[in-house]
Amino acid sequence: MKKSFRLDGLGCANCAAKMEKRISKLDGVSKVTVNFMTTKMVIEGEDEKMPMILEEAEKIIKKLEPQVVLGKG
Amino acid sequence: MMKKQLGRILISSIFFTIALVLEINFQLPLAAFALFLVSYLLVGGDVLLRAFNNIRYGNVFDENFLMSIATIGAFIIGEYPEGVAVMLFYQVGELFQDYAVNKSRKSIADLMDIRPDYAFVQRGGELLQVEPDEVQVGEIIVIKAGERIPLDGIVKDGFSTVDTRALTGESLPRDVGPGDEILSGCINEQGLLTVEVTKEYEESTVSKILDLVENASSNKSKSEQFITSFARYYTPIVVLIAALLAVLPPIFIPGATFQTWVYRALIFLVVSCPCALVVSIPLSFFGGIGGASRKGILVKGSNYLEALAKADTFVFDKTGTLTKGVFKVQKVQPQGMSEEELLELTAYAENYSNHPISHSIKNAYNKEIDHQRVSQVQEIPGHGVSAFVDGREVLAGNFRFMEKMNISYHKEDFPGTVVHVAVNGQYAGYILIADEIKDDAQLAVSELKKANIRELVMLTGDTQLVGEKVSSELGLDKVYGELLPGDKVAKLEELLAGKSSHGKLAYVGDGINDAPVLARADIGIAMGGLGSDAAIEAADIVIMDDEPSKIATAIKIGKKTLKIARQNAIFAIGIKVGVLILSAFGLATMWEAVFADVGVTILAVLNAFRALNVGDL
Repeated sequence: MKKSFRLDGLGCANCAAKMEKRISKLDGVSKVTVNFMTTKMVIEGEDEKMPMILEEAEKIIKKLEPQVVLGKG
Repeated sequence: MMKKQLGRILISSIFFTIALVLEINFQLPLAAFALFLVSYLLVGGDVLLRAFNNIRYGNVFDENFLMSIATIGAFIIGEYPEGVAVMLFYQVGELFQDYAVNKSRKSIADLMDIRPDYAFVQRGGELLQVEPDEVQVGEIIVIKAGERIPLDGIVKDGFSTVDTRALTGESLPRDVGPGDEILSGCINEQGLLTVEVTKEYEESTVSKILDLVENASSNKSKSEQFITSFARYYTPIVVLIAALLAVLPPIFIPGATFQTWVYRALIFLVVSCPCALVVSIPLSFFGGIGGASRKGILVKGSNYLEALAKADTFVFDKTGTLTKGVFKVQKVQPQGMSEEELLELTAYAENYSNHPISHSIKNAYNKEIDHQRVSQVQEIPGHGVSAFVDGREVLAGNFRFMEKMNISYHKEDFPGTVVHVAVNGQYAGYILIADEIKDDAQLAVSELKKANIRELVMLTGDTQLVGEKVSSELGLDKVYGELLPGDKVAKLEELLAGKSSHGKLAYVGDGINDAPVLARADIGIAMGGLGSDAAIEAADIVIMDDEPSKIATAIKIGKKTLKIARQNAIFAIGIKVGVLILSAFGLATMWEAVFADVGVTILAVLNAFRALNVGDL
């Protein structure tokens, strides 16, 4: 399953790189890209683990850049 | 948000200036300190707050934290002006950076502005406005003048011109009418069009293009990979050295004070942020990709743009790439009659045939056919046509037909397809039909040669003779003819094995029957991507229209982008390392450190910004 989001307020390129790295290590994630310029995040992963992946991903994002608002991509 | 930030910086710098004047000209250290502190908190409050929040989450090495430690440290050792100045400049830098990033995001958003917002669909006798992705294949949509075409389809009713600028980068109006294919993303300029949808939104041209550009950043270039891993080690190492620098020399070197060495360590912390690199190098590539797509060149990743800059061998497919892929009468060579008469007789004889060759002859004749004048038309498969025109028996066909009918004909190796004609049993001449070289193929070749491409090769399924004619006309280096699609892969393997080790090989095709070759080359470039899904799927770089000269443009964009990325890497790393070394020996102050951090970031971002500007390429 492929889910895409908009990360409004994404301000730092290094943080985007860190998000990508940390989310990619979550269980069930096969591929993730955080595009700093388009502020888009695409997560690919196993269907049944998706709700958990998204929850964890949001935590990682909030940790790195608390001001980011997740929107529908 | 940015205005507020600017206001804070301005007010803070006013306080800062007053504080400086108080300290230096009026010797009022206490009042000066108070104002320095106000100035500092005003400009750096949010950084301190973020640093504090991040520590709670366990992010120690982020830039807010480093800046806070460096500036607080400066205050503790009594360097108030520098503490404030570092924060001030840092914030000015951040502001600049935000501005540059926002500006490039906006340019990219403009680029993405080809997304259609709605579609008018006919359902149950009513016209409904719906989201494009709700429309099914086979439904009828209506597009008014000035609207963006939401889905790919076939025109059922109405005439108009459409602007393909959003897809090809060139504002070339295209006339459409009933039966014509129409692509999403284009703008309907004039009339009302009724269109039968042939593809779902997800599969339509516009959404494929958007997908491609948005996801281009997932294929990272070597330069980007280098920077990512560099940044991962750079910061911890510099911070570690800073810690050692603050503690060890005062203990082991006689006479060394903590004050001096802590100051040097703080300089290290200011320089330790990899921001300039992490922001500016991907931004350079993104700018390059964005700029290219504005020219109608879709690049599927930074890595391909980088490879293109290093390409030294170009292999072209002939038909549809360097030539138009449309057959046209090149020569009418009569014998015993006028050119017009030969063409007229042949056009009449071929009138009922549906063969592409017949079409090109009829197009060359370009007059109304009077059917009364033709009778007893007979098609002989693999040979030609016989018919009576104005009572004269006309035979038109290949050399086998002539031999079969025992007519002596003009023998020559022709660079193309030949139709021999005999009238009443007498040879009357021949018509040569061949593919035409594209108008700007010559320009493409000369531009590529200017770009120092080592070798230009052409592969073709056509005969060697036809290949050589095209190749010598264009000035290519090598040509391999009579290749079946499978042979092309083998030939490409051969060329790949024979090329220099550092140079890259690019294959340019139309993506229709050469997908395996496109995939096998270092860089697969598909021409005429507009309307061809196969091309968009198979290639690494897609040229939306069918102008081969765009390849040279793409190389220029690639080279420019790579140059900018390299400039930024060398400039940023060089300055940072330089300042680190100077400060370790006490030769640099915090001012140089601020420049090495923020100044370099700003300059690198501004430099990266140039990549987006491809107007003159």
